[in-house]
Amino acid sequence: MCENCSKSDLTKLAAVFKEFEGDEHALISILQKAQEIYGYLPTDVIYAVAEHVGVSPAKVMGVATFYTQFRLQPVGKNLIMLCKGTACHVNGADSIAKALQDELGIGDGETTADGLFSLKEVACLGCCSLSPVMMINETAYGSLTPDKAREIVRKIKAEGAAA
Amino acid sequence: MKIVVGEGSCGIAAGARKVRNALEALNTGASVEIGVTGCIGMCYLEPIVDVYGGERGTGNGERLLARLVRVQEKDAERIYKAATTGDLSGVEDLKIAAEDEEFLAKQTRIALRHCGVIDPESIESYQATDGYKAIAKILGKGDGQGMTPEQVIDEIKVSGLAGRGGAGFPTWFKWNAARNAKGDEKYLICNADEGDPGAFMDRAVIEGDPHSLIEGMLIAAYAIGASKAFVYVRAEYPLAIVRLEKAIKAATEANLLGPNILGSGFSCELRIKAGAGAFVCGEETALIESLEGSRGMPRLKPPFPAEKGFTDKPSNINNVETFANVAWIILNGGAAFAAMGTETSKGTKVFALTGKIRRGGLVEVPMGLTLRDVIFGIGGGVREGRKFKAVQMGGPSGGCIPESLLDTLIDYKALGATGAIMGSGGMVVMDDRTCMVNMARFFLDFTAKESCGKCVHCRIGTKRLHETLVRITEGEGREGDVELLEELCKGIKDGALCGLGQTAPNPVLTTIRYFRDEYDAHIREKRCPAHECAALRTFSIDAAKCKGCTACARKCPAKAISGAVKTPHSIDATKCVKCGACAAACKFGAVLQG
Repeated sequence: MCENCSKSDLTKLAAVFKEFEGDEHALISILQKAQEIYGYLPTDVIYAVAEHVGVSPAKVMGVATFYTQFRLQPVGKNLIMLCKGTACHVNGADSIAKALQDELGIGDGETTADGLFSLKEVACLGCCSLSPVMMINETAYGSLTPDKAREIVRKIKAEGAAA
Repeated sequence: MKIVVGEGSCGIAAGARKVRNALEALNTGASVEIGVTGCIGMCYLEPIVDVYGGERGTGNGERLLARLVRVQEKDAERIYKAATTGDLSGVEDLKIAAEDEEFLAKQTRIALRHCGVIDPESIESYQATDGYKAIAKILGKGDGQGMTPEQVIDEIKVSGLAGRGGAGFPTWFKWNAARNAKGDEKYLICNADEGDPGAFMDRAVIEGDPHSLIEGMLIAAYAIGASKAFVYVRAEYPLAIVRLEKAIKAATEANLLGPNILGSGFSCELRIKAGAGAFVCGEETALIESLEGSRGMPRLKPPFPAEKGFTDKPSNINNVETFANVAWIILNGGAAFAAMGTETSKGTKVFALTGKIRRGGLVEVPMGLTLRDVIFGIGGGVREGRKFKAVQMGGPSGGCIPESLLDTLIDYKALGATGAIMGSGGMVVMDDRTCMVNMARFFLDFTAKESCGKCVHCRIGTKRLHETLVRITEGEGREGDVELLEELCKGIKDGALCGLGQTAPNPVLTTIRYFRDEYDAHIREKRCPAHECAALRTFSIDAAKCKGCTACARKCPAKAISGAVKTPHSIDATKCVKCGACAAACKFGAVLQG
C-alpha cells in the first residue's frame, strides 16, 4: 500500500462481514455491499476484503474487474446509464450517445470535471418498448431524441446549480 | 370498486408510480381500493390502469370494467371520480381501443397466466388463483395421494417442456439426470441472468408473478431431491429482486418454503444471489462459478452440472420461464401442455416483441404459430408504415430472419434451420432503415466485450470479426472480406469452449446468408443501402423542394450549408460531417440522403 492510496473508513465493513459470516462463497455479495457503502471499490477496501475472505488481493481484483457492476473509480453525482441494447440500437441509441457526449464533454465511462455526471453505456435496461432509454440514478427516461436527452441533462445541471 | 395500476419496470419508467401516487393522494377516505399488478405486457400502452367493479375483496368475483391506457398523472382525478361514482363516461377517451384488446386476446398465456392479473406482492392473491395447489397436490396435502418424484418427472416428460432459456433441452431429462446423480446434497438453481439485449420475459415473470417461480422451483427441488435452491438474478433488475424477496418471506411464513413444508417432511430453502453484470454468466457453468464468488468463466463439460455443479455437488439449472410453466403442468396435466405446439416443440413460448414494431410488449403464444402471426397478427406489423426487413431472434447467439422466411413456424427445429435460434425470446423487428452489416457489427461489439477471455477462438476471434465489420461499415471494406468473415466464423464455432463463443458468429452468418447484397454494397460501392452507416452517407439538397428557410443551415454543426434566405441552399460535401442534423431539421423533405 502506498501513500497515495485511498484511505477509506474500513470500520464500515464490519457489518458487511458479519452479514455474510460463514458463507464461503460470498465474495461478490460482499463487494456489492462494499460498493453501496463507498460508491466504488477503493484499493484499501479491496485489500481489507481479501484479508477477511482469505484470498489474495489479486483474486478480489480479478472478480472486481470481471463484472461490469464494479467500479474502481468514484462516479459522479448523477450516473447516466445509456442503454445500448438491440431495441435501443435499432431505434437510434448511437445518436443519443453522441448528443450526451457532446453535451457533457465526456466519453463513455468518464466523469465530468465538476463531478456532476458520469456516463456509462450498458447492454440492456429491459425497458425495450420505451427505446431509446437512459437511466439516471434510479429514474428511467424513455423515447429519447438527441434534443430530449440534452434537455434532461441541462435540467439536472440547472437544478444542481440551484441547490 | 378497485383501481389497479400496472407496475412492472416499464410501466414505472413510463410514469405508473406517479399515477398511483396521485390516485392515493385523492383516496384519503379509502373509499376505493388501489392496488398494483405486474407487467400487463402491452408495453406500448403504458402506463395502464384497470378499473374493477363488483364487491370489494371478493377476489375472482370482481370484474374488469375498463382498461385505461397511456394514463398520465393529470388523469388521476377523473379516473378516481369514475371509480368512486361508477360512471365511466369521463374516462371514455382513455379506454383501450378494440384493436389493442386483440393484442392480449390472440395470446395463450401459461407462463404469464398471472402477470398483470394478480398483485405480485400478495401471496393471497396468488393463492386465490390456484397458487401453491400444485405443490400441495404433489406433497399429498391437496386432493389425492400425492406424487413421487418419479411421477413428477414423468408428468414433465409427458408435457414435452423444454428449456426456455434458449437451448431447448428437455427439462425432464435434466431433472432425471440430477435425480439419479450420486450425492446426498443436491442443488437447484434458477437462471434469471437474463442478459440478451432486447429480452425481458424473465423480468416480467419475476416482477409480475414471483410465487409461480417459487412454486415451480419447489416442484423441481422435490423431483431432483434438492433441499437448497438459488435464484441467480441480474443486478440490473432491482424491482424483480425486491418482489422476489417479499415473496420468499411470505412463502416461508406460510410454511411453503423452509423446513418440513406443509408438514410433509420435504424441506427446501431458497436464496437470491444477485449477479454483477456479465453476459457469459447465462452459461450454466459460468453461472455456477459466479455463485461460488469467482469470475464467471465457463468450465469444460463434461462433467455436466447434473454430476458436478455448485461446489462440485449435483446441480440442476433451469430458466425462469421454464419454472413458471411447471405448476400449471402439474395441475392441468402434461398432456394438456403437450396438446399445444408442434411435433418437436410443445406448449407455449413467451416473446419480448420490440424494435420497429407497432405494438410492442410481451407475447405468449402456442408453439407452431408462424413468425408472421406474431409480428403482424399480434404486433400489428412495422411502425410508421415502413417496410419489414428482418426480425432478430435469440440475441447475440441468434440471427436475423428475412421477410421471405416469415412463415417459419415457431419451433426449435424450424427456427434452427434458418440459422437463427428460438433463443430466450427476444424478437427485435427491423425496418428498411436498419443496416444489416451494422447490426452484425453491433452484436460482435457486444460479444467481443462480453467474451470472458478463457479460450482463444472466442477472445481473439470475436475481436477480429468485430474489427472487420467496423472496417466494412466505415467504407474500408475489401474484396474477400465476406469470405474472411465466414472462415473466421467457422473457426470460432468449432473452437470455442462454451455457448457464448460457439454461437457468437450467428449474427454475422445469418446476415451474410440473407443480406449478402448489403455487404457487397458496402464493400464494392461504398454505399449503405439503409443509409445508417454514417461514414457512407451523403447529403444533398433538392433545389426544387428547398424553400430557403435556413433551418438546416442553423442546425449544421460543421457550417457546411450555405444559401441566402428564401433561395435553395446547398451542402459543401468537403465540410459535411454526415451527422444528418439537416435531414432531421428539414420540414420539406428537401434533404436527400444517398
